[in-house]
Amino acid sequence: MIAVVDYGMGNLRSVAKALEKVGAEAVVTSDAAVIADSAGVVLPGVGAFADCMKNLDRSRLTRPILDFIATGRPFFGICLGLQLLFAESFEFGRHEGLGIVKGSVVRFSGGPFEGKDRLKIPHMGWNRVTWHTREAPFDAVSDDDYFYFVHSFYVVPENRDAAAGTTDYGGQFVSALRYKNVFATQFHPEKSQEKGLSILKSFAALVDQWDS
Amino acid sequence: MLAKRIIPCLDVKDGRVVKGVNFIDLTDAGDPVENASFYDREGADELTFLDITASSDKRDIILDVVRRTAEEIFMPLTVGGGIRTIEDIRKLLVAGADKVSINTAAVNDPGFVFKAAQRFGSQCIVVAVDAKRRRPEEWGRHIKESGRRIPDKNSREDLTWEVVTHGGRQVTGIDALQWVTRMEELGAGEIMLTSMDFDGTKEGYDLSLTRAVVDRVTIPVIASGGVGTLDHIFEGLTLAGADAALAASIFHFREHSIRAAKEHLKERGVPVRL
Repeated sequence: MIAVVDYGMGNLRSVAKALEKVGAEAVVTSDAAVIADSAGVVLPGVGAFADCMKNLDRSRLTRPILDFIATGRPFFGICLGLQLLFAESFEFGRHEGLGIVKGSVVRFSGGPFEGKDRLKIPHMGWNRVTWHTREAPFDAVSDDDYFYFVHSFYVVPENRDAAAGTTDYGGQFVSALRYKNVFATQFHPEKSQEKGLSILKSFAALVDQWDS
Repeated sequence: MLAKRIIPCLDVKDGRVVKGVNFIDLTDAGDPVENASFYDREGADELTFLDITASSDKRDIILDVVRRTAEEIFMPLTVGGGIRTIEDIRKLLVAGADKVSINTAAVNDPGFVFKAAQRFGSQCIVVAVDAKRRRPEEWGRHIKESGRRIPDKNSREDLTWEVVTHGGRQVTGIDALQWVTRMEELGAGEIMLTSMDFDGTKEGYDLSLTRAVVDRVTIPVIASGGVGTLDHIFEGLTLAGADAALAASIFHFREHSIRAAKEHLKERGVPVRL
């Protein structure tokens, strides 16, 4: 079973429905015991970094999530759920994250985002990913596939090997992450039609290995 | 490279899909979820429901429509129409909407946009702006239907646009170009811009209006109102520089498929997801 962590942020229903669509058993929960008993965890999230981190703390879910990841079972972060894995963010001041991955979360800035033909912020819409790994859960996607993004900040991991995929928006940024048993995407697989669902399906297969 | 988006819009009344011509003369045409699935299969990039249900005791029907749609389709869903309170937004997001579009409530209380963006994040707050070409001396004065003019969509004359509400029946005295800047400052994540001069005419988007708004804000702009041909979509995304093109009737009445629209754009060098 996959626990979709509910801490009052974001559209959890669509994440759970997408997991069910690919045949996984998903439960939306804010119960630490359920998270501890799950074979897999998905951490969604939209909104501001500081609010999300505050809500995680307030829901007393920070420790259970860290404990879960430490067990080595598959974990998937989506959008802000990717950014929260990092040690620090600079969205509206400096904020501490979960610190699972070394690096930071920074805002799109610089030349391409200034002037007449500037790129828009947020980066909103469908964009492609250059994949640096073919391993699960990113084994059924190609560089031609589009995924749905909506964000103004992106992650900069210190360890470049953690970059499972990168996307071009005024320069390359890390749009998919793979670090031990932790997987995460800046885009929304649950909103990216069949290609997005293929990632969740592959993740669910990883989880199945722990369920049996 | 970020793809330009094609967004079909479904007008929903009492849980059923309708499509008005200039927001009048509605014809009933089916189940919203079935329509949504159809657009999903055709490769729509997003979907928008505009809830035009009038009676307040039927307002919750849209929540059920959103819930059922979110079980079937896995692409971004925006819901607009009649959103007044933070609780309205929360209910729609919990039901499965990804974004909400706010129109009249923003005009009545611009602070509502700020509160909504603070609470749910800018990424899910779309401000819908209905704008009408008017001379400054006409602003705030009631629009006479007989006095309605459809000027050239490429017009270079010094144009001004007034924000209107209620399908163009109410004037606000607000300059649309100043309004979109204000909405961005208050936290809007996107502007859905509808020309009330061109909506329903099939003459194309108001390119002058769209260009002016695109140049004003840094957030994405969705062009809306007036599409009759695939070239109109091309013009809106290129000449006017919109990030997304919203259309209702040409897709709804199957005059063109979304796939045909995307192929048309791709042949002309516009980045689209095919």
